[in-house]
Amino acid sequence: MSATDSTAAIEAVYRLEFPRVVAVLASFVRGDIGLAEELAQDALVDALRQWPREGIPAKPGAWLTAVGKRKAIDQFRRNRTLDQKYGELERTHPPSSAEDDFAFTTPEEIDDDRLRLIFVACHPVLPVPARVALTLRLVGGLTVPEIARAYLVPEATIAQRIVRAKKTIANAKVPFEVPEGADRHARLDAVLEAIYLIYNEGYSATSGADWLRPELCYEALRLGRVLAALMPDEPEAHGLLALMEFQSSRLTARTHPTGTPILLVDQDRRLWDRLLIQRGEAALRQAESRSTRRGSYTLQAAIAACHARAFSADETDWAYVATLYDELAQATPSPIVELNRAVAVSRASGPDAALPIIDALVEHGSLERYHLLYSVRGDILERLERYDEAAAEFERAAARATNDQERDLCLQRSRATRARASTT
Amino acid sequence: MRFLGYTLANEDETPTEPPNPELYEKMGAFVEEAVKAGVVVATGGIAPTSEGARISLKEGEYTVIDGPFTEAKELVGGWALMECRDLSEAIEWSKRFLGVLGEGEVRVRPVM
Repeated sequence: MSATDSTAAIEAVYRLEFPRVVAVLASFVRGDIGLAEELAQDALVDALRQWPREGIPAKPGAWLTAVGKRKAIDQFRRNRTLDQKYGELERTHPPSSAEDDFAFTTPEEIDDDRLRLIFVACHPVLPVPARVALTLRLVGGLTVPEIARAYLVPEATIAQRIVRAKKTIANAKVPFEVPEGADRHARLDAVLEAIYLIYNEGYSATSGADWLRPELCYEALRLGRVLAALMPDEPEAHGLLALMEFQSSRLTARTHPTGTPILLVDQDRRLWDRLLIQRGEAALRQAESRSTRRGSYTLQAAIAACHARAFSADETDWAYVATLYDELAQATPSPIVELNRAVAVSRASGPDAALPIIDALVEHGSLERYHLLYSVRGDILERLERYDEAAAEFERAAARATNDQERDLCLQRSRATRARASTT
Repeated sequence: MRFLGYTLANEDETPTEPPNPELYEKMGAFVEEAVKAGVVVATGGIAPTSEGARISLKEGEYTVIDGPFTEAKELVGGWALMECRDLSEAIEWSKRFLGVLGEGEVRVRPVM
């Protein structure tokens, strides 16, 4: 046994191959993803026994797949409960088939199976946390302990979530396919949503001491890259990837060494990762060249691109940002989008133009508890030299801030505007 | 984690003729596989040292020396930035790359 075929090397090979092996096996056993995962794990046991002795095979993925398929057939034959599905398998893969036949799967077939697995793992029949866990496990190839660590929950929670998800998929008889036709759009949205949720959990962690959990960002980014490569004709797959590349370019600039967040306008843009910005631009071009009407991920990516292209907030093409928020508000209307649109409009056309947008939001009431609504209104009023009103807004913002840093900042601005009010 | 992988060789020992179509095709398929696995972040080739220069600054004086410059081993051919979970994954991808190439030496280093 050579040093290069040590357990660590075997485990690295296995981890690289797992997502493809499990996808091909899932296809082989007609979409029984639970069984596919077991078969892949059984194949690893064989590999850990044989490879240290015989060396890692030239095509480890094909080897693992072949072993998994053989085990599936053994199992079906042993069980002999022979429901229709197993009978069919027996016919298409008679016992005399050579191992080579099993092993031979073209790269295109592997890609198709991976894509099918992604769509099954993100099926809307599953609750969202289950989609996320299943996607990380089967598509990303993370282990249960790795997922549990990333989400700061006990391993048993994730394990149970995945077991239940697999049961739900089986009970719902979800076909192992990429949906075509009417529900394709909604199903793709579910896939994109799951990946973006993983990303966001890393980008602004909802629990735990760390505000950022970059490893989740990188997993989501990796999934986004895989998806865009597997579905090159889907503009929003590129759009989501572009958005994540742009946002990742700011990861190191986004927090102080102490961990407190830094707002986009205050970040040291020289710290932004130029390579990821370039990748974001490339993915955005792919998305825009393929869309007749830009989807919401593509629009958000286009907005992120405007920030990435400017070395300071003042250099930003705010007029274009405002246009993009207009388009985004039409594609996916939301009060948060409106709030952002107001900021862009105030930068592009001045505070007069932005105030009506903000006032409409205040009237609407849905962001009543959101401190940024008041600090943005305060900002606009301050620029209109209505200092007393501005100070009152900053106080409202301070009362609704969710952490000490935000609260301090709002109170500071309130004091500053009050001071200006008394001098004018 | 990001890793830089690059090929090392003695410049005078590297073949000057372009790769044969079969190798070209195999390498293309390999790169496609690595992209679809979400591993390749950026990749590029590099010209021989004869087309480059060496620049140094010492005691306020710049020195510029045109190539070629011979080192025991030089960065030759190509490089790739890879997004891998750990060094053993980066090693495995490097092995696969060398497997396609047939022979050679790759170094991988984490990018800080």
